[in-house]
This record gives sequence, structure tokens and C-alpha cells, in this order.
Amino acid sequence: MLVDFFLHLKSRQLPVSTNELLALLEALEARLVSGSLDDFYLLSRALLVKDESLYDRFDRAFGEYFRGIEALPGFAPEVPEEWLELAARKHLSEADRLKLQKLSYEKIFEQLKERLAEQKERHAGGSKWIGTAGTSPYGHGGYNPEGVRIGGESVGNRTAIKVWDQREFRNLDDTLDLGVRNIKVALRRLRRFARKGAATELDLDGTIAGTARNGGWLDLHLRPERHNAVKVLLFLDIGGSMDDHIQACEELFSAARAEFKHLEHFYFHNCVYEGVWKDNRRRHDEKLSTWDVIHTYGPDYKLVFVGDASMSPYEIARPGGSVEHWNEEAGAVWLERLLATWPHAAWLNPQQEAHWGYTQSIQMIEQLLGKRMFPLTIDGLERAMRSLSK
Amino acid sequence: MKFQGTDTYVATRDLTLAVNAAIALQRPLLIKGEPGTGKTLLAEEVASALNMPLFQWHIKSTTKAQQGLYEYDAVSRLRDSQLGDPRVEDIEHYIVHGVLWQAFECDEPSVVLIDEIDKADIEFPNDLLRELDRMEFHCYELHRTIKAKHRPLIIITSNNEKELPDAFLRRCFFHYIKFPDKETMQRIVAVHFPVLKHELLKEALEVFFDLREVPGLKKKPSTSELIDWLKLLLAEDIPPEALRAKEAKDAIPPLHGALLKNEQDVHLFERIAFMARRKQP
Repeated sequence: MLVDFFLHLKSRQLPVSTNELLALLEALEARLVSGSLDDFYLLSRALLVKDESLYDRFDRAFGEYFRGIEALPGFAPEVPEEWLELAARKHLSEADRLKLQKLSYEKIFEQLKERLAEQKERHAGGSKWIGTAGTSPYGHGGYNPEGVRIGGESVGNRTAIKVWDQREFRNLDDTLDLGVRNIKVALRRLRRFARKGAATELDLDGTIAGTARNGGWLDLHLRPERHNAVKVLLFLDIGGSMDDHIQACEELFSAARAEFKHLEHFYFHNCVYEGVWKDNRRRHDEKLSTWDVIHTYGPDYKLVFVGDASMSPYEIARPGGSVEHWNEEAGAVWLERLLATWPHAAWLNPQQEAHWGYTQSIQMIEQLLGKRMFPLTIDGLERAMRSLSK
Repeated sequence: MKFQGTDTYVATRDLTLAVNAAIALQRPLLIKGEPGTGKTLLAEEVASALNMPLFQWHIKSTTKAQQGLYEYDAVSRLRDSQLGDPRVEDIEHYIVHGVLWQAFECDEPSVVLIDEIDKADIEFPNDLLRELDRMEFHCYELHRTIKAKHRPLIIITSNNEKELPDAFLRRCFFHYIKFPDKETMQRIVAVHFPVLKHELLKEALEVFFDLREVPGLKKKPSTSELIDWLKLLLAEDIPPEALRAKEAKDAIPPLHGALLKNEQDVHLFERIAFMARRKQP
């Protein structure tokens, strides 16, 4: 019973266990819900899914299973969101609504599949294409008696759409969204607590042991409090191709600030050379020598680069390759020096991981770092932090 | 025994279902959600609705799992021994019962709230696996196993600051309290302010949801902040028209300090309001 459903969830990479399936069966046996599919959806979600970032995946899997559309060949479930931006809201009269022909379910999906194949650009209004505010059965913001809404808020007609199709937890899916909060959670992996400073806390175990040794006379022991002892050097790429990613970097930076006691940041452009700077507005007059940085911070610091690593290969490989000035030594030499000083290193790249293979400079830097390049997503950050704390 | 929400707490369908599943199958219920959506309040309301005693355990970064079971007060015993107090003979005097012990020994079914479990050390949830699963633990000092007379309903809240271990999650039911939509919000406000003027409520909710839409806010105002703000509006007797004054120089809602808790957010909002004003002819 429900084994197929369970296996289907499993095949959609939801971490469900047999225990949870048994709990669900137990709940059904206890008649916690009546026959309604909506209630079953809520119940199974509470019992099987244990993280809100998996809600969206569960919604999709649930939708697929209870509609049996997973067999549609070549059906790409992701429609670019920009098609669906609510551009206009079309007001239909009652008569118009009646005129709209009711399509059957299979027919709708059959057509949706075809149109997805045909359609290549964003569409608003009209009555055939997927888009916003039309009378086509696909997309959202419009009106059709048996519509399939893809994304967007419901405009209030409320004729179509099951709860799980609304996918309101899409933003919580950890492969997509990256906010300050999420970054903080990921960065927290790096935390290492150590005892340092003045002895202020009562060490109970020490006191008991000391007293016992003392023949029963009280012997108080104190110890220092625990502090986060992780030190981080953050090197941020700034300007040029990084302008698109400034928002993501700012968020990362403000999150990192709050997480670590010792956090030093430096800026560079494209690749690290003999000089870095701390204030981007005065980058040309207040340069720090990279040698000074190397000599200042000890090997217990962890090194984090943030950059898209997209540049001309000469900027890494050749002396004089920099686009801004004449560099005596190649970028690769400087990178290797930094990596030799701080062996715990990672490179966070805001470019999509799937595109890395197409840029030569990204591959070069990835090689220099020994494959320790990670995408700037929650998942990537987690992997980076795990590799840093090894 | 079914939880349906109370006259001071609006529970959505999905939440009541999760609570009732936890009651029926006697599993712990893990609650997550934005700060201020009533996670902690839920346990209190469930306890009062079902007429069960509530045991609260508020977790801090220094809390140990053992403290929820019992603590052996070695220091008092040591002191008593040095003063020659006869109490020292019986170790039971120095066993301080924790929240779970109290709940397990309770003569009627009870509710246990483990608040903000993510604040504790990463190992904390793992140390409670058996206790929550079997509802029993062993007290080494007394050579006794404490077993729950009635399995209590355990409600655990988390703010997502740490990830919880898989083994722990597998034993819980889970519910994410999402931010209420306009309809639910109206019901929530009606519960708190039964005589609020309809106009004022409409305008206030509009301002509130608009404010949540402002991009880049560090901390979006939540339900509890809305309730506070409405209290202030009522106390100051602000007319609904004042909230509607969109074109005027005061595009910032009155008493916004109750909604925006962050200096940067207030600045950001003032800047946006200033730009909006400039755009107008």
C-alpha cells in the first residue's frame, strides 16, 4: 500500500525512510484524514518531508504521481519565470468565460507539451501561448476553466489548481535562492569553538576531581569561556565581469562579517597580483603589497576567494597579462604563493557550475586550487565549508 | 482529543493536521518558520486547548541534553558534606529533575515544549534520540530507569540556525509555518482585536503587506510585529485616513518603529519613500 508512491518520492531524490512510510500508514489507519486528496497531501507532507527546502520538490513529485504525467516524454517542467511575470490582468466578462471551451486534462497536457516545444519567447495576452494574462489554458494571471497555472499568484478566479501546484515553497529550495540568512546557515559549518581568554567559568568536573584529590576540601577550578576561533581571509574579485554578481557577493560578505571574529577582506581584479586593496573607492592610491598580507596572517587562517574567474588566460599564465597594469609575475605564481601560505582554501564562483567547462580561465584556476572551486549557491557554500573544515 | 485552534490562536488546516497527527501517533512535532509566526505560542495554545500541563524547556547555546533529564548537584553535596549535614547520606536529594523527567513522571498526558533547539550544540539533538523515541532514560546515580507514564506531546521549534541531524528528523513530524496570506492574517487580527474598525484594519493590512514587498529589507515585519503595531495605532488613536496618505510627504507609515526593527531598514525605507515623492509631479 502506497509503496509505489513511496518509491516515486525516493526516485525524485526525497530523503524518505521506511519508518516514515509506516508512520504514514499508521496515520491513515487511525483515520486522521478523510478521503480528501488535499488532506492526504498535507498529512503526507508533515510525515515524510522534514525540511522546508524540500517542500518544493515534494510538491512536484506529488503532482506528478497523482496525475500520472511523468510518462510525458520530453516534457521539461521548468518554464522560464520571465514568461510568466504578471504583465497585465485581463478582465473577462461572464459571457466570454462561457465561450471558452472546456478542455479535458489529457488534452491540456498534450497541448502544453506541444506549445512548450514551439514557444521560444515570453508572451503576454493572447489566447494560445503560455504566458501571462491571456485566455490560453497555460501560464497564469488569465482565465480558462481548466487552466494549468505555471507559477505566479492566483488572480482570484480560483477555478484551476491544486495546492501542490502552487509551489509556494519554491523560494526555499536550496538550489535556487541565496539570501543572507541562508548564507549564514551555511557559513556556520565553519565555526570551531575553542577556549581562550581569561578563566571565568566554573569547571565543575575539574573542581570535583581537584576536591577529591584534595582529600575532600573544596578546590575550585575555573576555565576560559568558549569562543569561535575560526579565522578567515576573504579575497573578493571586483569590477568588470563581476558587476553582475555584486548583489550575491554583498550578501555573502555581510553574512560572513557576522559569523566570524577574525575576518579580513581584500579586493582584487580578475586575478591576484602583487597588490590588493581594502577600500574599493581608493583602490589606486591605497594598495597593499600582497607580500605584506602573506607575512601578516598566520597559516591557521582559511583562505576564501570569491570571483567568477572569467578572464583571458593570459591574465593567469603570463607576466604582463593583467588588463590594468604591468605585472612582473604571472597571476598563477601569486595564486600559488597564497595557496602555499594558507593551505585551507576554497574558491567560490558565482557563475553557474554547468558553464564552467566552457571558460578556459575557470578551468585553469580550478586546477590551480586542486578542484576546490564551488558555485555560489547554498549547496556550493556547504561543500566549500565542508572542504575548508577538513 | 483533537486540536482545532483556539479563540486566541488561528491555526491553519495544515497546522492542525500536523498537530493532530503528532498527538495520534505520539511522535515529536518539529515546527519551523519565520520569526514571529507563532511557533512558541503553538505549544502554549495546544496545552490550554487540550487542557494539559505544559513543560517548557528553553534552549541556549550552553544547554546540554542531560539538563533536560536531570542534573546531579555535586557542589551542594560537597558543601553539605563539609558542614556535616545528614541530608548528604541520600543522593536523591541532590538529583535535580529536568523538564523531561517532570513530564515523564506527570500523572496525566502533558505537552513539552523544546524551544529553539537549533541554538544548542550540534550534538544536542543526537543526545536526545533515545529519550524521545522510547520516552525513557536511565539515571545512573539512582540506578533507576525513568519511564514515561503517559507519552507526552513534544513540540520542538527551530529557527534554522543549525541543521538538525537526519536520524533526529526521521523521528519527528515536521511543519513549516509559512507566512499567513491576507485572509488568514485578517482572521488572526480579528482574534486579537475583535472591535478594530474595519477601515483601519484594511488600510493597516495594506500598508503592512506593501512593506513586506519592499525589496532588500533585512528583517521583514512578521505577524507579532503587526499585532504590536496595531496596538500602538489603537493606543494613539490614529485615523485610517492617515495610513492612506500615500501621496503626502509622510509616505512612511506612522509609528513604523514597531514594524521595522533595523536602522538600515528604516533608512532604506525612507530613501524609497523619498524617491517615490520625487517622482510625483
